[in-house]
Amino acid sequence: MTTTAPPSAAPPRAAKTVTRPGDRIFAGMSRGSGIFLLVVMAAIAVFLTVRAVSAISKDHGNFLTTFEWNAGLNPPVFGIAVLAYGTIVSSVIAMLIAVPIAVGIALFITHYAPRRVGGVLAYVIDLLAAVPSIIYGLWGAIFLVPHMKGLNLWLDTYFGWTVIFDKQDPNSAARSLFTVGILLAIMILPIITNVSREVIRQMPKMHEEAALALGATRWEVIRLSVLPFARSGIISASMLGLGRALGETMAVATVLSASPQLSAHLLDPLGGTFSQNIVAKFGEADQFGRDALIASGLVLFFITLLVNGAARLIIARRKEYSGANA
Amino acid sequence: MSDILVEDKTPTPAPVPRTPRLASRQLPKWAPLAIAAGAIAIAAAIGAGFGLDSKIQWGLIALVLFVLGSYVITARVEGRRQAKDRVATSLVWSSFILAVIPLYSLVQTTISNGSKVLDGTFLTHSMNNVLTIQPGGGIYHAIIGTVEQVAIATAIAAPLGILTAIYLVEYGKGALAKWVTFFVDVMTGIPSIVAGLFILSMWFVLLDKAPATGFAGSLALAILMMPIVVRSTEEMLKLVPNELREASLALGVPKWRTITKVVIPTALGGITTGVMLSIARIAGETAPIALLVFGSNVINNDPFKDPQASLPLYIYQQYGNGNEPSYDRAWAAALVLIAFVMILNLVARGIARWKAPKTGR
Repeated sequence: MTTTAPPSAAPPRAAKTVTRPGDRIFAGMSRGSGIFLLVVMAAIAVFLTVRAVSAISKDHGNFLTTFEWNAGLNPPVFGIAVLAYGTIVSSVIAMLIAVPIAVGIALFITHYAPRRVGGVLAYVIDLLAAVPSIIYGLWGAIFLVPHMKGLNLWLDTYFGWTVIFDKQDPNSAARSLFTVGILLAIMILPIITNVSREVIRQMPKMHEEAALALGATRWEVIRLSVLPFARSGIISASMLGLGRALGETMAVATVLSASPQLSAHLLDPLGGTFSQNIVAKFGEADQFGRDALIASGLVLFFITLLVNGAARLIIARRKEYSGANA
Repeated sequence: MSDILVEDKTPTPAPVPRTPRLASRQLPKWAPLAIAAGAIAIAAAIGAGFGLDSKIQWGLIALVLFVLGSYVITARVEGRRQAKDRVATSLVWSSFILAVIPLYSLVQTTISNGSKVLDGTFLTHSMNNVLTIQPGGGIYHAIIGTVEQVAIATAIAAPLGILTAIYLVEYGKGALAKWVTFFVDVMTGIPSIVAGLFILSMWFVLLDKAPATGFAGSLALAILMMPIVVRSTEEMLKLVPNELREASLALGVPKWRTITKVVIPTALGGITTGVMLSIARIAGETAPIALLVFGSNVINNDPFKDPQASLPLYIYQQYGNGNEPSYDRAWAAALVLIAFVMILNLVARGIARWKAPKTGR
């Protein structure tokens, strides 16, 4: 990951070498699997679209603006308005919480912690990235939700005037988009931390030393040389985290008590997200209902495709580290 | 420095004659600790005085007091720039602590709740004939399901992923390689549920029925696994020194034998690590399994026929039952899953360290 020159794999002049059948087969196989990967990506889009189009064409609501999801009715009425809203709101909450903290941890590991401690911490964060999402979901539903009650009441009492933090029924459980956002923030912390850390680590030592030699304090070194250098990396790390948050299923499905309402009251147990809706409605759905869910999955697919593609294009300028293993 | 200049040039306005100093004034080393102690004491006083019962609130008040206190004191003694530096330091430290608390709580809750019903019986029995409201039952069927599904997914994804990485590093040039690289990166971000829906729609379109076999689940897992394998293998192959390839080719060894006999053995440790890490990643995937495999209460050894159980899906279903015995089972299964994933991670990283490719020179 951190070595010197990227090897230019092929020897400089391969033109006159004899191509043996073994060579041709092996090259064909490896090229073929590369092409297969592209085919899979295309197939995902095609198959999802085929089923989605057939479902949307029979939708008696407006697929984009209808609130409820009743694909089982006759005629079926379903739409993604609430799901899109819930997905975006919960992911935005997650980003607002996770990005500053993740950058803080990355700076802590690279600039503040003693070297040994930083190494161990980086390792622990790596391990935490591997915790399956269903376990976050279980923890969120059984541990976090009851413990959110105090915070919810406090927000409701002192910030209720903002509408966002106005809890309409103070006694309802904290199975809200806000809690989901916090849980998602915890889940995407490791990936944002890891990618930002790798980018910060690539910074030339000289910049920092120059700033220090001019008498800058540690914070000034970070603000004037580290953060400008790492900015694009941190942005794309955040977008990778956003991609995770948008598509996260189990943690949302266990925590949120869904209902087809579009509400600005984030503390109320309302709303839903794409993936949560798919898992929740799948069991009772018939063939057509599943096609309708596939249609909503297609929308999710394109949203994450856009977010991830953009993140990759930004990070592509720093080829060294992709974040795929983070 | 400025003090010296001031004294040299301006004889008049200095109200208090100061001795020239080279070093600016500094707080003693114990100052942060003292401020922290003070902040905690005041926070405890406020908390007790106003009857706040949540210890988290006490902690937050202490934190705010600490940041404010150190800013004010440092600003008076050392100057504003140093004070800002102190604040940044305390914010970085507190972000670290803020992150550790939930993660610690997650691990601690899983272990303490999970060890309640986790024993030999739990590991060796299925949920056959166990009512969900009863205690008892186990995860044997789920372990079998997970192991089989993950094994099939690995058998599909690992060779394809490794070959793709070989293509990218050893052969890839031009537009195709660029597209593959880009889409591998994008593919790592595909939500697991979308992979599940894809296999589902494929089954609908091609076979005109719902899947409900372990095999369908492993296909979705393979889609999630492939890009991870490609990326990690690619990075490992790039670490292999070019001199090795050149030496082998110079001896007249065909390229494909150079790759299989020289390049891959050199990077084998790293490749193994990558594959194991990706196994750890997909073993915990729930959403595609829920859509494609459905889950079952009985032991089903055949991944190609009838629904199977799976460890993460088992956790979800037990949680969905919504009663104490089921919660206990869910936690115990979560503990087993987390242990499996962590052990796989630790072993993989151990192999990576042990077999790190020699980067030459």
